[in-house]
Amino acid sequence: MIPDLQGYGWLLVDGLKMTLFVAIASMLGTLVLGLIAALGKIFASKWVRYLIEAYTTVVRGVPELVLLLLIYYGIPTLLQDSIGAMGYDVTIPINPFVAGIGTLTLIYAAFACEVYRAAYLAVPLGQHDAAQSLGLPPKIAFRKVILPQMMRYALPGIGNIWMVLIKATALISIIQLPELMRNADIAARSTRQPFTFFFMACLLYLVITLVSMFLQARAERWAKRGIFEGAS
Amino acid sequence: MISFIIDNMPRFLDGLFLTIQLALFSCVLGFMIALPVALARLSKNTVLFSLATGYVFFFRGTPLLAQIFLIYYGSGQFRGFLSDIGLWSFFREPWFCAVLSLALNTGAYTSEILRGGIAAIPKGEIEAGKALGLSWLLRLRLIVLPRAIRIAWPAYSNEVVYQIQATSLVSIITIMDVTGVARAIGSRDFTFYQAFGVAAVLYLVLVYGFLLLSRRIERRLSRHLNRDTSEAPELPDVAAGLIR
Repeated sequence: MIPDLQGYGWLLVDGLKMTLFVAIASMLGTLVLGLIAALGKIFASKWVRYLIEAYTTVVRGVPELVLLLLIYYGIPTLLQDSIGAMGYDVTIPINPFVAGIGTLTLIYAAFACEVYRAAYLAVPLGQHDAAQSLGLPPKIAFRKVILPQMMRYALPGIGNIWMVLIKATALISIIQLPELMRNADIAARSTRQPFTFFFMACLLYLVITLVSMFLQARAERWAKRGIFEGAS
Repeated sequence: MISFIIDNMPRFLDGLFLTIQLALFSCVLGFMIALPVALARLSKNTVLFSLATGYVFFFRGTPLLAQIFLIYYGSGQFRGFLSDIGLWSFFREPWFCAVLSLALNTGAYTSEILRGGIAAIPKGEIEAGKALGLSWLLRLRLIVLPRAIRIAWPAYSNEVVYQIQATSLVSIITIMDVTGVARAIGSRDFTFYQAFGVAAVLYLVLVYGFLLLSRRIERRLSRHLNRDTSEAPELPDVAAGLIR
């Protein structure tokens, strides 16, 4: 049943590597930027909160593809036009790799921000009181008491973001980054067997999804160790 | 910028119409797929259960872009067969392939939402229906579906929001929806940030407009519960870790 890939199998494997690399890099960015945004939403002053609120509202209401194209094509032309207006003639190249990771990070950090915020609110108030009564300064209390518990509540949401993000990397093929979809497209065009290659690409995405589901279940079990279920 | 908007507004409005049409068609079709799939996923029949589970797993586990390519470009590989059974004239059309792939995609997600809604109905209500002697179909129509839809509505409206955004992908197979129009205008006049900026605003209006409407529907669905759901529109359930 294994179809003849006519020597294009390695192209798919290279694409898979690129997909995983872009996804992991964007996920790391998402985790960091999302946490910063969430902390801003919880602790910062009113104006910063409004700013973050505007960011998450806009990003969650605009399709990923439009944001990607806006960043990849729009930002360089905007900068060129603005600098051109000042009398300089420049061309600003933007690399699909940077634009892709940047866009995915920007989008999914908005979702991660909400996940973290909900996780922060899910930590029982007694934990804050307990940390205070131990005499821990607020910053240390947050880092040593609240943050680790927050992460446990955030884990299912983070896993969900990863699942969506890995599929969203397919969009970067539109700006010619040689990831899985793009390479499948190249192979499909040169062999004139589009179904075979897009189906192979789908199977590879399914493998990533299956492995991720398995790892997520393990991670959630690990995070719950020592927690007695039912005694909330 | 203002003259850009005035000059290109008619084209953007055409695109907006197509985007709304695609979202509407695919959501309605997707719902029609989702209902039997959700019931099959809850049934004890192993064959039905496996088929439905396989469908849901495939369409939720692969990117929508791959599904669109699989249907639009992939169907070309079976051109002879599809012409023989008279379906090639459909698969040749980007619009048909777009609606089909969007519907199959949202159908998989919607079936999971519906399944959750059906599973959350208190057992007693279904037993009450059985005690009244209602047939399976009548129970489905009078008890299970109205209850499941009410329970699942917030999650479903979230899915519709994703669906509105997902329609932007079909611009890649030459469809002139909002994104398609923006790409065409942007690359013709080299006005990328204006074109994609206008597109982004149109999607924002569409998404938050829908959410406002969805709040009204939600209020109507639960009007007998006398709950206050008149807060500002907000993307629901993201916080619960359910972004899709």
